[in-house]
Amino acid sequence: MAEAKLAEKPAAAASAEVLAVKDLQAWYGESHILHGINFNVKAGEVVTLLGRNGAGKTTTLKSVMGIIGKRSGSVRFDNREIIRATSDRIARLGIALCPEERGIFASLDVRENLMLPPVVRSGGLSLDQIFTLFPNLKERLSSQGTKLSGGEQQMLAIARILRTGARFLMLDEPTEGLAPVIIQQIGHTIARLKSEGFTILLVEQNFRFASTVADRYYIVEHGKVIDGFANSELSANMDKLHTYLGV
Amino acid sequence: MQALYAQLLVGLINGSFYALLSLGLAVIFGMLNIINFAHGAVYMMGAFVAYFLLNLGGINYWWALIIAPIVVGIFGMILERTMLQWLAGLDHLYGLLLTFGIALIIQGVFQNYFGSSGLPYSIPDQLKGGMNLGFMFLPIYRGWVVIFSLVVCLATWFLIEKTQLGAYLRAATENPTLVRAFGINVPRMITLTYGLGVGLAALAGVLSAPINQVRPLMGADLIIVVFAVVVIGGMGSIMGSIITGFALGVIEGLTKYFYPEASNTVVFVLMVVVLLVKPTGLTGRAA
Repeated sequence: MAEAKLAEKPAAAASAEVLAVKDLQAWYGESHILHGINFNVKAGEVVTLLGRNGAGKTTTLKSVMGIIGKRSGSVRFDNREIIRATSDRIARLGIALCPEERGIFASLDVRENLMLPPVVRSGGLSLDQIFTLFPNLKERLSSQGTKLSGGEQQMLAIARILRTGARFLMLDEPTEGLAPVIIQQIGHTIARLKSEGFTILLVEQNFRFASTVADRYYIVEHGKVIDGFANSELSANMDKLHTYLGV
Repeated sequence: MQALYAQLLVGLINGSFYALLSLGLAVIFGMLNIINFAHGAVYMMGAFVAYFLLNLGGINYWWALIIAPIVVGIFGMILERTMLQWLAGLDHLYGLLLTFGIALIIQGVFQNYFGSSGLPYSIPDQLKGGMNLGFMFLPIYRGWVVIFSLVVCLATWFLIEKTQLGAYLRAATENPTLVRAFGINVPRMITLTYGLGVGLAALAGVLSAPINQVRPLMGADLIIVVFAVVVIGGMGSIMGSIITGFALGVIEGLTKYFYPEASNTVVFVLMVVVLLVKPTGLTGRAA
């Protein structure tokens, strides 16, 4: 039963634009990191931001989440302007972030880590559904959060935002530093979430992984989006991609 | 033997105040990263609020136990909103200097109106008298202070270590940015935490009023020892500050019995030893 249906699909048409980012600029103190980022994400899509280290992918996610103090331009989520909103308000609108460093809390056990993000709206996964996706977590509930393996910590970091009812997930390099078998499991999870109607914005260095889950790609370079294409146009763009990513 | 037990009791009572105050300091330091030098002043304010309630409003001790921490807690939250919040992200030193200045101003104002001598605050009728325990005579009020402080300390520990609210608090101590990005209003939580820490100090002030009288400098005298207690226990741990508070009170009491000359310095000698051997304190985590 829990297998059959993780959460209800949104009623809206699949083509509705959930996130629209226009001319997004951001600064860390005095250094200007994002110089005008433009992209959008439609309901039910998995969109991947690709680019080299330091291109501004993580900063883009953080700016959407409202974590970067100084930012300008426009970020519209569900037709609401959120460029000036604080991150707690943005979270309550239904955006959830799984940060690159995972952000598992050492002073909390696994259960507390899992239960930490408050439910922002109905329709989140129940604990049973989460344990179906990530059976390992169930056995480690009373361990200290940071005693888990890297893969388990990544699963915990994803699991805890599925509880909240947020339908728009931002995953920052979820495969970084993990073993192939775990990367595969995370790939399955993302595909599963997509089939359940979640909308996902992914940041990845691992292009091979991204190509197994993404609908569309944007290339970020020097704080700008310089190109974008759909997964169906992938083979036609391979040469360009190699140049962009230097792989 | 009688004298030993009596000193042990005095030690436990002092330990109760150390524990309540160092607990609040630890909670505030964890969340705000501020060493709250105004802690002695708000302890004193708690005692004065109880005094005013009784003498101006005829409101008794039991109500003061509830009202004084709330009143002083609100005062603390106003301080946090208007001043302390602007120091977020700066070096510890700024918070220390600001709260030290605030403490001097508060104490100065109270000294201006009430001088330096103590104002009497009598023990509530229900807690007057004493009990003969066989091996010693126990004044009921003193026993009450020890037990009530212990209960409040353990309740605070439970709140922080075992509840969802406490999980927010611990998580926000580690990574406030991420906790806020989960949808929790961290700035409001910081304000409430400062209110809680200050409220605990005010509660200690009310408890102390019938024992030590109500004096503008009562907090200034105590807070120096409490900071030594915090250094010995380490800032990181809630249970650590409770246990260290009570333990050092008892050690002081024992010293008064066995070697009275050292009773005022024993805590500081221990502090020096701990700083040399384990600079993060006995239960503290490395910064």
